Amino acid sequence: MSELKLNSLYQQLILEHYRSPKNRGKLDDATVSIRMRNPTCGDDITLQLRVDDDEVIQDVRFYGEGCSISQASASIMTTLLKERSLDDAIQIAARFTALMHGDEDAAKDRSLRDLRALQGVSKFPVRIKCALLGFDALQEAVRKTRGEPALEA
Amino acid sequence: MLETAAGATPLDVERLRRDFPVLDQEVNGRPLVYLDNAATSQKPVQVIEAIEAYYRSDNANVHRGIHELSRRATELYEGARKTVARYLGGVDPEEVIWTRGTTEAINLVAASWGGANLTEGDEILLSVMEHHSNLVPWQLVAERTGAQLRYLELNDDGTLRLDDLDGLLGERTRIVALTQVSNSLGTINPITEIARRVHDAGALLLVDGAQGAAHHGVDLTSLGADFYAFSGHKMCGPTGVGALWGRRELLESMPPWQGGGEMISLVERDHSTYAPIPHKFEAGTPNIAGAVGLAAAVEYLEQIGPAAILAHEQDLTRYAMERLQTLPAIRVFGPEDPSMRAGVVSFVLGDAHPHDISTILDSEGIAIRAGHHCTQLVMKHYGVSATARASFYLYNTRDEVDRLMDGLATVHSIFA
Repeated sequence: MSELKLNSLYQQLILEHYRSPKNRGKLDDATVSIRMRNPTCGDDITLQLRVDDDEVIQDVRFYGEGCSISQASASIMTTLLKERSLDDAIQIAARFTALMHGDEDAAKDRSLRDLRALQGVSKFPVRIKCALLGFDALQEAVRKTRGEPALEA
Repeated sequence: MLETAAGATPLDVERLRRDFPVLDQEVNGRPLVYLDNAATSQKPVQVIEAIEAYYRSDNANVHRGIHELSRRATELYEGARKTVARYLGGVDPEEVIWTRGTTEAINLVAASWGGANLTEGDEILLSVMEHHSNLVPWQLVAERTGAQLRYLELNDDGTLRLDDLDGLLGERTRIVALTQVSNSLGTINPITEIARRVHDAGALLLVDGAQGAAHHGVDLTSLGADFYAFSGHKMCGPTGVGALWGRRELLESMPPWQGGGEMISLVERDHSTYAPIPHKFEAGTPNIAGAVGLAAAVEYLEQIGPAAILAHEQDLTRYAMERLQTLPAIRVFGPEDPSMRAGVVSFVLGDAHPHDISTILDSEGIAIRAGHHCTQLVMKHYGVSATARASFYLYNTRDEVDRLMDGLATVHSIFA
């Protein structure tokens, strides 16, 4: 049983994104850059976006280090963000957060695409924060772009 | 002291394990293998029952009441202080101050001694091996007083660069704060030798005994420390209780650091006079049950013998290091010679992040620690963000090391 649970966590897609992350690197012309760390475990992600005047994400990169879940989650996230509006980005973050907290509807939500491979993380409560680290950075990036106050100190 | 405890009688581990109810359970369908002892140890029934008995029949506040229960509680509480003083090598019980643990003990010295004695330009010497609890309190007092922090660096084998020590000890060095045993590398530091050099330079030495007190016993009459801080929960005692030992003349010269009941002699409108040590540093109702539990833990460890416990841990460490070295892409941190380390083995395994290692091991019922172990400066030295750490105690077995190896084989199959 625990082996099944483990297999649901470490899906091939997740391991592939961990080994060969998408959109990894730095953006020279980023309009916003957010670094998020998980102080208890050392996961560390910097997310960079180039957002145009119409609030459309033109480009995205991330770098940092951490466990397979944090890195794969950030990698898959970036594949969903290009050409999307900040409102879409917030919506994706909200749906993914719901997925992590066991929301059945979110699990069927096709708009989350490959992010649904991370559904197994919801069975590992201590790892949920790993999966959400990139999304925390995304939400912070949206707030910063819009001139809203940061949530994280 | 560096005691390798050769020739100690082997522990009857199977019998000892029966004292620890928590070990008798399955986690994720497998018998629990608890290898996170450097974080906190499990508690024997002797400790659990001592705490229960205290609450069932003796609970009252200490040093206040004239009634029978208060007398009993006070006797247990002060008796516990004597037991701990005996464990520390037979020091004066009045030099033993109860704290919440190592962290609070170090904060007490940094705030009280540091606040009263450090001035701008004075130096505090630390090492990059220190746990955050022996770094941050000094950073706080340095900020307040203008004192400077200096650091003893690490050799790549996880030992301190002691060749640099005399050069770092300057005229302005007032205090040196070092750990006895590294919680992330397992290194046992030669404290007595260091103490001699620190004292020759006219400075004081605080020793962080969080791991040391639990894993190789301690004799403060010969160690050479001026202050010694430790926690009960890492040595079979309850959480929330530990102690600071300090040389009497230092403790007597230090100002109180928290005010309240228990620590006073006379209170008037605008000032008070303080109780003598140790009570001067023990404001408020203390953790009486915690002290009682810690005394029971000390008696338990004394019965087994700290030397035998260290020998057992080092045997497991040697075995674990031998077996780990057979894995491809393993990197083990800390001294290669198991006799130079306590029962702590930190490692990384190929591309598998320590969190992933820990999750996979947990799915097989094996508890280890993954992360920076509150030693971010050590992680930085080795250029890693985290390690996996297995740490052993008196109740662990070679079979459990084998289970760890089986778990790491699963890690390898997923991440290779």
